[in-house]
Amino acid sequence: MVDQHIYLKGLTLRNPVMTASGTFGFGEEFTDYLDLARIGGIIVKGTTLRHREGNPYPRMAETASGMLNAVGLQNKGVDYFENDIYPRIRHFDTNILVNVSGSTVEDYVETAEHIQSLANIPGIELNISCPNVKQGGMAFGTTTGGAAAVVKAVRAVYHKHLMVKLSPNVTDITEIARAAEAEGADSVSLINTLLGMAINAETRRPKLSTVTGGLSGPCVKPVALRMVWQTAKAVSIPVIGLGGIMTAEDAIEFLLAGAAAIQVGTANFIDPGVTAKIADGIVAYCERQGVKAVRDLTGALVIDTPAPACPPISDCSLG
Amino acid sequence: MQRPTSFQMDGRLTEKRRLNDRYVLLIFQLPIPLTQVQAGQFVQVKVDGSPHTLLRRPISICLLPKPDELWLLVQEVGEGTTTLCALEPGAIVNMLLPLGTGFTAPSLPSTCLLVGGGVGVAPMLMLGQKLAEAGHQVVFLLGGRTSTDLVMQEHFARYGKVYVTTEDGSLGEKGFVTQHSLLNEPHFDAVYTCGPKPMMKAVATFAAQHDITCQVSLENLMACGIGACLCCVEDTVDGHVCTCTEGPVFNTKRLKW
Repeated sequence: MVDQHIYLKGLTLRNPVMTASGTFGFGEEFTDYLDLARIGGIIVKGTTLRHREGNPYPRMAETASGMLNAVGLQNKGVDYFENDIYPRIRHFDTNILVNVSGSTVEDYVETAEHIQSLANIPGIELNISCPNVKQGGMAFGTTTGGAAAVVKAVRAVYHKHLMVKLSPNVTDITEIARAAEAEGADSVSLINTLLGMAINAETRRPKLSTVTGGLSGPCVKPVALRMVWQTAKAVSIPVIGLGGIMTAEDAIEFLLAGAAAIQVGTANFIDPGVTAKIADGIVAYCERQGVKAVRDLTGALVIDTPAPACPPISDCSLG
Repeated sequence: MQRPTSFQMDGRLTEKRRLNDRYVLLIFQLPIPLTQVQAGQFVQVKVDGSPHTLLRRPISICLLPKPDELWLLVQEVGEGTTTLCALEPGAIVNMLLPLGTGFTAPSLPSTCLLVGGGVGVAPMLMLGQKLAEAGHQVVFLLGGRTSTDLVMQEHFARYGKVYVTTEDGSLGEKGFVTQHSLLNEPHFDAVYTCGPKPMMKAVATFAAQHDITCQVSLENLMACGIGACLCCVEDTVDGHVCTCTEGPVFNTKRLKW
């Protein structure tokens, strides 16, 4: 029997597989296709203090091995979540975390306080990395000062598990991760989408109403994996890995790179039952490899020769 | 909110009929019979063997002649649909179905005008069948660029009178559907339409001018098809709503057209 449990502060996952915010609705959209008791947790759609209509259509463009989205945090606000959604999903047999976003530090704090009062929500994922909103969102996640300010303020009022979702659209993601850790984050999740763009050559117009949007899907996996590896070395809190995970093998790569758990995003759109298959595949891998506990995979990457430091530019054969 | 049940299943392609240079009728045997399907609902079809096709392709249900026999009329538009149309009988295709909210039939016996353009004729066939079986008078008005665009005429004729237009005049009246003489003296209680957006907007305008209730089937770009990604939203009087769950069929009163 492989022990699949993952222990995060204040949060026990039955297995390392969670669903990424914005790709799994509130979970109820998937119950025709998936037994939620098969997965470690779900992270529900980005929630803000007040109702947001999101961006105009079109919001999506398929790309090579990926997709761009520009949803813009459409949601009906935290009161609606509390009164209308939460009663329907509170008894789901899995961990439910709420992704919290805002335009100001005060928005984040107030939304987090609301969510804290909900007994069956053991944690929040602080979204300081949404690329599709004009104010807030990624603005907080692209500077250490911004990240520190919002994490500190929320940490002061929020006492359950505080996961902070990081943006890849930065020069050095490990600096932001360290800033979040220093202000009391319990874990960091990465990566949110990569800022991208698509153009319809025939009409000479952008494919998204917002011109740019967030890229996700298998095309981003190598970038995400690299960032998870770097971040896991830089912080002591658990790292939750996500970005283009489609299969159990993808998930295992993230665990080996240093992730304590993983989130599945875009793959839910293609196969709404994929998360259970990924959980099963991780167990099969552990059995095959004689691994007793899934958590033993975290950071178990073997690098036979130390990664060379980059030589001085004049010596670099890659130019 | 009680959601109708939908399923993930593997359909087996039993028959493929190429109807013209771009349209193919795919007939699938389903492992689970579907008993509660509305005309206008759709299927999210997974396309394997197409490297650039990551997402499923939403395709309207054309007809369900038996609870376990599914007809999909597919137009070859891009790599995904072309790959799908290249499948041969015996192929297994994963699908999510039935999805979305379909057409609503009139509550009183009515004369219904069903306007289809291009590949948008697909859901009109099942709608015509359902309406005719419920005792409504069905009139089809189908448009295409040229005569070969007008496919499956014999199937439509089973459920109602069929009028056609072509842009080049090669079949039926020349012009767009909204220019057909049938509309000069409208005597319809309800209008249903699916096709290119400009056509649907023109049909909706016609219906509004004559104070006839009108339902349209939208084909907004979508990723998941089950209300999770929020990519396919339509701007309505109730704000942005998902075309995949609250639609694809909308009463035009709800749209900001």
